[in-house]
Amino acid sequence: MSVASAAPPVRPPARSPAPAMDRPVPPAVLAAAHGLTVCGARPGIVEYTRRLWARRHFVTAFAAARQEALYTEARLGQLWQVLTPLLNAAVYFLIFGMLLGAGRGVPDYIPFLCTGIFVFTFTQTAVQTGARSLTDNVGLVRALHFPRACLPIAATLLQLRQLLLSLGVLTVILVAEGIPFTTRWLLAVPALFLLTVFNTGLALAMARIGARTTDFAQVLPFVTRTWMYVSGIFYDLSRISSGAPHAVVLLLDVNPALVYVGLMRFALIDSVTREQLPPHIWPLAAGWAAVAGCAGYAFFWSSEEEYGRG
Amino acid sequence: MAEESARTSAGPSAGAADEAPRVPDGTSLESPLDAARPDGIPRIEGPLVPTVIVDGLHVVYKIYGAGTGRGNATAALHRLVSRKASPNVHTVHAVKGVTFTAYRGQAIGIIGSNGSGKSTLLKAIAGLLPADRGRVYTDGQPSLLGVNAALMNDLTGERNVILGGLAMGMSQEEVRSRYQGIVDFSGINEKGDFISLPMRTYSSGMAARLRFSIAAAKNHDVLMIDEALATGDRAFQKRSEDRIRELRKEAGTVFLVSHNNKSIRDTCDRVLWLEKGELLMDGPTEEVVAAYEESSG
Repeated sequence: MSVASAAPPVRPPARSPAPAMDRPVPPAVLAAAHGLTVCGARPGIVEYTRRLWARRHFVTAFAAARQEALYTEARLGQLWQVLTPLLNAAVYFLIFGMLLGAGRGVPDYIPFLCTGIFVFTFTQTAVQTGARSLTDNVGLVRALHFPRACLPIAATLLQLRQLLLSLGVLTVILVAEGIPFTTRWLLAVPALFLLTVFNTGLALAMARIGARTTDFAQVLPFVTRTWMYVSGIFYDLSRISSGAPHAVVLLLDVNPALVYVGLMRFALIDSVTREQLPPHIWPLAAGWAAVAGCAGYAFFWSSEEEYGRG
Repeated sequence: MAEESARTSAGPSAGAADEAPRVPDGTSLESPLDAARPDGIPRIEGPLVPTVIVDGLHVVYKIYGAGTGRGNATAALHRLVSRKASPNVHTVHAVKGVTFTAYRGQAIGIIGSNGSGKSTLLKAIAGLLPADRGRVYTDGQPSLLGVNAALMNDLTGERNVILGGLAMGMSQEEVRSRYQGIVDFSGINEKGDFISLPMRTYSSGMAARLRFSIAAAKNHDVLMIDEALATGDRAFQKRSEDRIRELRKEAGTVFLVSHNNKSIRDTCDRVLWLEKGELLMDGPTEEVVAAYEESSG
C-alpha cells in the first residue's frame, strides 16, 4: 500500500528528466543555439566583398610574387619582361606590316601596331591566366581559406603590371618614331582603368568556367586569337568596314577590344583623330567595364563554395 | 618532467620509439586542466561550446577515368549525345552516416586503417567536399592542413610565408612581426639559408614543416591536421605537438589524423575510430586507441 502510493509521485519526476537526458538535442537545433553555420556556405555578396577588400594586400603581394617568379628559370631572367612584347611586335610587324602590307595607308603604322598588340595582349592573357587561376593554385585553395576571387583578380593585376612594362617599351618606340608627347596622353589613364575593370570581370567569369570545365583552357587561345583578328589590331578596321552593311559596322564598332585599343591609340598617337574612332566611344568603354565587371564578379561569387572541391 | 626524460632517452632510436612502449598515460602530459578530467571528454570547465557538429554525414566520391580505360573519342562523343553515364565513372561511398559533436578546447584524434575515410571526413568538415546526405555545422571556417596541401612551389619559402599569412587574413604588420617566428618554428633555416630558395627545391619533410608552421601561426577556431606531422623530424614533431596544445588552450578545436598512435596519445583527449566509412568508436583516447590496437594486432 505504502509502496504503491509512494511509487506514482516518485516515478514521474524520475522518468521525465531521463528522456530529456537520453534524447540528444537535434544537431540543427544545437547548431542554431550556438550560432554554428552550415560549413562551406557562401557569404552574401556584400560580406564577400568586405572579406575580399580585407585581403587586398594578399592580392597585390600575390601578383608581385608571381611576376618575380615568371622568368626565374630563364638565363636572361627579368629581361624577358621587356623582350617578350618587343619580339611579339617584331613578329607581327614582319608578317602583317611587311609581307601582307596591312600597314599601307596607315600613318605611323609601327606605333599603331604596337599599341594594338600590347593593349590586346593584356585582355588576352588576363582571360587565359584567369581561366587557369583556380586550377593552377588548387593547393593554395585547398590549404587556406580566403575569398577565391583573389586569384583571378591577382592574375589580372599581374597582366596589368606586364602591360605597364610594355607601355614603357612603347613610349621608347613612340619617341623613336617622332610621335609628339601631348596632354592627350593623359587620356590613357582613364582608358587603362576602364580596360582593367573590363578584363577583371572577364577573368573572373573565365575562372569560374575554367574551374569546372578543365577543357576550357585548351579552347580559349583559339577564341582570343579569333577575337584579335577581327578587332583590327594589325590593320585599320574602318577601311574594311566602310562599305559593309550598317549592322556589321555597328557590331564591329561595339567590340570592346576595338573600343579600348582605339582609345589608347587616340591617346598616344597624334595622327589618330577623333573621327576615326567609333561614335560614343567613352560611354561604350565605361559601359563595357561596368557590365563585364559587375556580371563577372556576381557570376564568380555565385559559385564560390564549389572552388577547389573534388 | 618524467615525460621529458623519457622522450630524450628515446631520441637515438627515434624510429623505433614510435612503436615502442607507450607512455603509461598520455594525459600526464596535459595541463592540470586535463588531468582533472579522468574521462577525457569533455575536459573544458564551464558550459560545453560545440564548434563542429557532424550530423549523419555521407560523402560520395565520383572518380573519373577509372575502369578499363577502353574509351575512345567516338565512344565518348556517342555518350555525350545519348547522355549516358560514362562506364569510367565510379562512385565511392567513403563516409557513411557519421555523427558526432566536437567541443571547444578538444583535440580529437581520428584513427583507422588506410582507406577508412579519415581524410575524406576532414575534407568534408573543411567544406572541400560536398555532403551527399547529412550536414556539417561549424563555428567559423575550419582549416585543413594536409601533406598534399602544396602552397606555391615556384616561389621562395619567404614568399610563401608572407603570402600564406596574408591569405589567412593577417595584416601586413602582423605578417612582418610573425615572420621570424614562423621561420624559426619550421626549422627550415637550421641547415642553411633555405628560406630564400623556391619551395620546389625543398624535401617533402621541409615543405610539410613550412606549411604547418604557416598554418599554425594563426589561431584557428578549428584546425585539422592530416598526417602533417608524420614527415617532420623528432624535434619538429615535439614543437608541433606543443603548438597543438597551445592552440587548444586558445579555445580552438584540433583534429589530428595520424597512424602514429603515440602522437595521438600525446596530443589528443578524444579519439574517433573510423572503419569503412563508419564511426566504430568515439571516446577517451586511451580506451579507443587500446581497442584499435587490439583489433589491428
